[in-house]
Parts: sequence; structure tokens; C-alpha cells
Amino acid sequence: MSSSVTTEKDTNLKSQAGKKRSQWGEVWRRLKKNHMAMIGLIIMIILILLAVFANQIADYEEVAIKQNTANRLQGPSRENWLGTDNFGRDIFARIIHGGRISLMVGVVAVGIAVLIGGTLGAIAGFYGGRVDNLIMRAMDIFLAIPSILLAIAIVTALGANLFNLMLAIGISSIPGYARIVRASVLTVKDQEFIEAARAIGASDFRIITKHIIPNALAPVIVQGTLGVATAILSTAGLSFIGLGVPKPRPEWGSMLSDGRTYLWEASHITTFPGLAIVITILALNLLGDGLRDALDPRLKQ
Amino acid sequence: MSDNILEIKDLVVHYITDEGVVEAVNGLNMTLKRGETLGLVGETGAGKTTTALSILRLVPNPPGKIISGEIHFDGENLLELSEEEMRSIRGNKISMIFQDPMTSLNPVMTVGEQIAEGIEIHQGLSTDEAMEKAHEMLELVGIPRERAIDYPHQFSGGMKQRVVIAIALACNPSLLIADEPTTALDVTIQAQVLELMRNLREEFNTAMILITHDLGIVAETCDKVAVMYAGEVIEYATLEQLFENPKHPYTIGLFGSIPSLEHDVERLKPIKGLMPDPTNLPSGCPFHPRCSHAQDICKERKPIVTNIEEGHMVKCLIYEGVIEAKEVL
Repeated sequence: MSSSVTTEKDTNLKSQAGKKRSQWGEVWRRLKKNHMAMIGLIIMIILILLAVFANQIADYEEVAIKQNTANRLQGPSRENWLGTDNFGRDIFARIIHGGRISLMVGVVAVGIAVLIGGTLGAIAGFYGGRVDNLIMRAMDIFLAIPSILLAIAIVTALGANLFNLMLAIGISSIPGYARIVRASVLTVKDQEFIEAARAIGASDFRIITKHIIPNALAPVIVQGTLGVATAILSTAGLSFIGLGVPKPRPEWGSMLSDGRTYLWEASHITTFPGLAIVITILALNLLGDGLRDALDPRLKQ
Repeated sequence: MSDNILEIKDLVVHYITDEGVVEAVNGLNMTLKRGETLGLVGETGAGKTTTALSILRLVPNPPGKIISGEIHFDGENLLELSEEEMRSIRGNKISMIFQDPMTSLNPVMTVGEQIAEGIEIHQGLSTDEAMEKAHEMLELVGIPRERAIDYPHQFSGGMKQRVVIAIALACNPSLLIADEPTTALDVTIQAQVLELMRNLREEFNTAMILITHDLGIVAETCDKVAVMYAGEVIEYATLEQLFENPKHPYTIGLFGSIPSLEHDVERLKPIKGLMPDPTNLPSGCPFHPRCSHAQDICKERKPIVTNIEEGHMVKCLIYEGVIEAKEVL
């Protein structure tokens, strides 16, 4: 016995000497090894930086909003990196200002959905029975309405502005998160360590917050990352049909919509906002996949 | 009364499912003195774990339901307490060690946090103080305190079970329920863990219920033994009485199915048949379909407790003098 314990101790002290391993440190270490996820993360960081410093890079009023019809439909040049649109506005400036809105809507909408959907799902999964039935049937009713249609209905009812847009997209994706959280709570709650937590006298609240949610979080984080991508697409879709952010505020979807009349003469007007959407979605998906792998505790070496 | 830490009277626990009522525990009686170790022995499905969960009132409900009976712990009937009062007992005065250390630890909490959790809940200590106590507990079970910041997956099976023991003993409970604590471990580690449990138990003077189907472990650790069959205790005795003088045909059958070092036998004598279907228990003595001494009356009459000698009880019609044993027992 003593020999096995000492060897175990030795290897431990060795690994301990390096650094204190926290759970998130471990996740980060594994994420770093995944090149595709890192590419996604780097792109996202660049996009976020561009969005945060959009005003410093290109003045909102002067470059992104002010019309300059003399300079309209210009192709990419030194002055206008990505060309100008049908009102002579710089497309690069409009894309980075539009990125602000897209990213904000994406994150806030997913935040709303995770918060509300997650809470409902956790309650449904944990308590089961009638509560579960009530909540999940309500979610089913939500699911029966196509989410984009629901978002359109909400925006139309409340009026088209940025806040309502976030709310609409957030609310329409609640059922998805409720289902994911419920499913993952169901798998976690029957595990023996939950019973063990009960056996040391933990209350329901403590069991849900300290034992179940941390163990059920991984799929939510992954879904959330991918969900930001979906939300950005929905924003673009709603803006495309004129229910998004009111003009002249730049938004990727409405830029696409504006440019489609000039598809033949000036395809760059639609190409670049389209590329911006594609790159963002791709980056978020890469990151989401990477997170899924990194968060799986069973893959720990 | 007062030196009995635990008294279970006529406990009945059923699982009510769509397929029928599973009669898991049927009129179980059991007493345990302070500081004593009771071995709860029986086949899979005999109701051992359900009994243990009933003591903590953790029988999953639905489908499980404690139908009737009394469980007196320290003079209090646990079945009459509110859920809140019950919570203050769990982990504090009664704690449980689960069968599989691989799954009974939370994979995303450090072992230190998990040991500290019970201390935090019951002793009202700050996080730091609880953590300090958790470190002491870890050292007590033979794991260096530096490892408190590690996660369960960084431990071996035997070490995980030590952590589980540390969690269970953290609040110095007066009753420890160990549900097959060594089943998931290999034999050398089993011995270590049992040794550890015995030492700690003596140190803290903790009473223990050890659930197992391994008579070897019982012989090594227990003071008293209760043999369970179909949700009832069919024989209850001290360790010596049971091992030297088993009375119930089922207990005799259990011993008959273990190879002996002293006697050479051609073949072991397993108990024929299987555990009865708990949704459809046989009438009369539940063991009669498998019992080689069974007579017609066994189908009708339910045996009552017969005292063989001081502290040795058995439920069998043979000892009530109703039927004759077919061979010398």
C-alpha cells in the first residue's frame, strides 16, 4: 500500500508544482490546442474590437451616415476600402458600425433566452411531474410557431427598434434553451453525486445551483455560442425585410437588402456585408465546436 | 432505549409503479446500539439499499413510498420530522457512503469543496474555515492536503472512496450508512478502505450499518449481522452467533455457497432458484419456494420472530416448532 501511495504522491507533487489547475484553466488549456477554435476566437476578438472602437476607426455621422451621392456605387479603392453604396457611404465604415448592432443583438438576445429558457428548463427538469409538463407544453406551443415568424410578430406588435429586436429574437429562442437545459438537468439529476449531495443535507436550491447547473452548463455554453450566430442571422433577416433597426442606421441585413437592387452594377454592396455575416457565423461555429470539445470533462487526459 | 442509536419498527416501503407495487421492504425490524457495526446482508433486491435510503428519508418519491413503520434515531421518529429538520440530520448526524465512488463525486467541484460543503451547511462555518477542516479530513483519510484543489477525475478509485469517506465523516455523524462501500474497488484497496473505516469509526465512536453481500467483509468488520430476504430481516444475531450457529435455512444456504478452507467439498451448494419477484411475493414465508425444508404450511403461515438465545432472532417455522427440519441444522 505505502509504495502505491508514495508514487501517486510523487506524480502529484510534480504536476502540482506547475500551477494550480482550476476548472476554467483546464478548459482554456484544451481550447488552446484546438486550432480551428482558436481561429474562431481570434476572428471574434477582432470583430469585437472593431465594434468597440468603431467610432475611433470611422466617424459614425460623417462616414457611415452622411450621404455623398457624387461618390455612389464606387468599387473598392484607397479611400473607400470596400467601396461605397448607393448613397455614396463607405461600406467598411457601415460594416463595422453594423457589427456593433449585430454582435450586441446576438449577445443580448441569447442572454435573454438563456436566462429565461434556462431557468424554466432547470425547474422543469429538476421537479418533473406536473411542473415539468406545464412548462414544457408551454414551450411546445412556442415551438409550434416558427421562430422567425414569432420574432416578426413581436417586432410588429412592439414597434421596430433595437431593444424590441433583441427582445423578439431572445423570446423566440427561449424554447430551444429550455429544452437543452431540461435535457441536461435530467441526465445530471439522476446521477449518484446528486443523491450524495442530498445525503449530506444540501437544500434543493443548493443542489440546483451548485451541483446541477455547473454540470449541465456545457451544452448551454456551446448552444449559446452557436445561438449568437443564429441571432445575428435572424437580425439580418429581420432587417432585410425592414423590421430591424430603423434606417439610416447601418445593419448587415439591411445593407444586403439595400444592395440587392444593384446586384449587377455594384455587387460589392451586397458581397461585403454578406461576407461579414458569413465570417462571423463561421467564427462563432468554430468557437462553439471547440468549446464543446474543451468542456467535455470526459475528454480530460 | 437510550443506548440504541437506531430502532426501526415494522418498516414498510413500497415502490408504486405502473407495472405493479414493488414490495421492497416488508415489516422490517432492526436495532443498533451506539458505536456498533451492523452488517446488512442479502442478495441483490432484498431491500438493503431501500432500507438505508429510508433511514435518510431519501427513497425516491415517486415511485417510492414509506407506507408505515417507525424509524427512531436518537429517540426521535425520523418519519415525523419536517423536510427541513431532516436536512439538518442528513450529513450531520447520519451520513451515507455510496457504492460507487466514481459516480458519487461531483465531477466539476474540487474534492476540497465537496468535503467542505457538508461542514459549511451544518456547522455554519465560513468558507475558509470549512476548507481548513476539509483539509484536515483529507489528511485523516490519508490524502495529502495539497490535493484538495484537485478534481475527482484526478484521483484513483480507492482515493475517491477515501474522499467519499472524508465527506461522510466530516461532520462527525453518530450513524454512518455504508452501502456496499467496497464493491467497486479491487480486493487490495477493499482491505485498505475497510481498515480505514474501522479506524475512523473507532476514533469517532460512530455506529455503522454496512450493507454488503460479502460475508467475508461482514466477518471482518461487524458486531451484529442482519440477514435480509425479500424485504424482511429473517435472521438477526451477533457475529459469533451467526457464523458459528446459523439458524435460518437461507443463512445456512448463504454459508453453503462460500468455499471453505477447512472442508473439501466436491461442489458448492448454491441456493436454488432466484429471489422472488418483489411485485408478487410468495404467500406465507417468502423463502418457502426455495427452501429445502418447506412444507405445505410454509405457504400459508407467515413465520414470526423466534428468539433462539439472547440477541439471536430468526423468522422460520422450524424454530416455532410448527414443522420439523428435514435434516439436522
